[in-house]
Amino acid sequence: MTRNDADWRPTAAPEALRRRAAMLAELRAFFAEREVLEVETPLLSAETTLDVHLESPGTELEAPGFPKRRLYLQTSPELAMKRLLAAGSGSIYQVCKAFRGGERGRWHNPEFTILEWYRVGWDQHRLMREVVSLIETLLAGSRRLETAMYMSYADLMQRHAGVDPRDAPTRTLRRTLERSSSRQDADGLDRDDLLSRLFVLEVEPRLEPDRVTVVFDYPASQAAMARLGAADPRTAERFEAFVGGIELANGYGELGDPVEQRERLERDLMLRRKRRRPLPPMPSRFLAALDAGLPYCAGVALGFDRLLGLDLDARRIDELIAFPVERA
Amino acid sequence: MPDGMRGRHERSVTFVLGGYCYRRARRAAALRGRPQIMASYNMNQVRTGLKVLQSGEPNVLISCDFIKPGKGQAFTRVKMRNLLSGRVNEKTLKPGDLLHGADVVDTSMQYLYSDGQHWFFMDPETFDQVEADAQTLAGAEQWIKEEDVCNVTLWNGHPIQIKPPNFVIREVVETDPGLKGDTSSGGSKPARLETGATVKVPLFIQNGESIRVDTRTGEYVSRART
Repeated sequence: MTRNDADWRPTAAPEALRRRAAMLAELRAFFAEREVLEVETPLLSAETTLDVHLESPGTELEAPGFPKRRLYLQTSPELAMKRLLAAGSGSIYQVCKAFRGGERGRWHNPEFTILEWYRVGWDQHRLMREVVSLIETLLAGSRRLETAMYMSYADLMQRHAGVDPRDAPTRTLRRTLERSSSRQDADGLDRDDLLSRLFVLEVEPRLEPDRVTVVFDYPASQAAMARLGAADPRTAERFEAFVGGIELANGYGELGDPVEQRERLERDLMLRRKRRRPLPPMPSRFLAALDAGLPYCAGVALGFDRLLGLDLDARRIDELIAFPVERA
Repeated sequence: MPDGMRGRHERSVTFVLGGYCYRRARRAAALRGRPQIMASYNMNQVRTGLKVLQSGEPNVLISCDFIKPGKGQAFTRVKMRNLLSGRVNEKTLKPGDLLHGADVVDTSMQYLYSDGQHWFFMDPETFDQVEADAQTLAGAEQWIKEEDVCNVTLWNGHPIQIKPPNFVIREVVETDPGLKGDTSSGGSKPARLETGATVKVPLFIQNGESIRVDTRTGEYVSRART
């Protein structure tokens, strides 16, 4: 393996680093004006996500009075921020690093900057509008965006993939994927994998590049930590925001019911066991916070590097971060 | 592929072959032009330019995109060009899926001669010779002349693609006489070259002159000094 002599250098241009700093200042001003409190929570924590598709890197750590144990680098600050909400913080935001093992590509680096915020008393629709207004504010200097579009997951899937995600039989989804324009191999994919594959391959490329598209009411099976739809329990209060085919943000009307949350986490653990994924412990401090009472709220996480990328019209995440993982 | 993994791979093959000397078998296979045991690549190891087998045919990867839907399973979307048909296909790899390497190598070989049905090329170092048919030449035959060094793509030792040098100097053997007084800024006319190709040339080019041609575009570049 020959070592690249220039790999001490940043991959991002100086202008990109300056724009990053300016954009961070703008987003802090955005939240200051709206009286949302900036907070910090640990990046290294004993508790982490159990989502089967996310991998938390970790380390063994020892300190005086703290016997050696495994700590995880967060995949998002969600668990800790919800503990603050349960403790009465009111609406909060955080901009920090998040980590995901196994993720590297044009728009992925295993370490990235995440913006996450929670609005107490809000539902998904109100937060969706604030997400759009944040994106439009931060991109105002570089892009003229058309009026944002709000579409349900089911409408988009029906329009572009020709299937109703709420009640199409799994074999129909499989056949649709195999006969889709990109003729995918659907072997060994479960229902949710089929849906997300169809969404990525058939819907995302058709989202318009010059406007924010917010997709809401994801299938209940992909609820993660979102509450189920009050009107239609086949859907969840989960939304994602896209500009063009780039996924920028993922938000929930937050699930506050500790019983339901515990059941979902146990299902995740079972699935992890079945697929032989690492088994982090049940997040007991997080669950205790829900027991104490999470206020009715909605929350969202946004990929800050990708937003910066849209602002600078970048072609890959490496243009936006000083040292991607190969040079870290 | 990291060396450590290749080591494991080789050891396991030795085991499968039950003590038969793997290295000797592999070298012998290579000499006979037999398929070699190639590496496999998972969704995190594929990269542009890799040669892989798909439905028994060699393909070159032309793009690899890592995709991670919101909270769904990650996958890698690869686009590949079939080296035999030229067709582009798409495939997705999920964790656990493998692509198998194809024994495809690009070599520089000297064009020797043609018997009208086959074209013969020689490796200038080993003097090994290979023969290619018209389908493999795919038009390259109208540019090449004895002793030209061509890029020959070999699959399991057999040529599947021949690329002539990017620029060649060829004699014009048939073109209409140009009108007197024409300059290089004027029109153009067809000219047939000694190797068979027809290219558009400026009106002042005459029979017997040599010209420089870009074989990738089939366009006239300049007059060649002889």
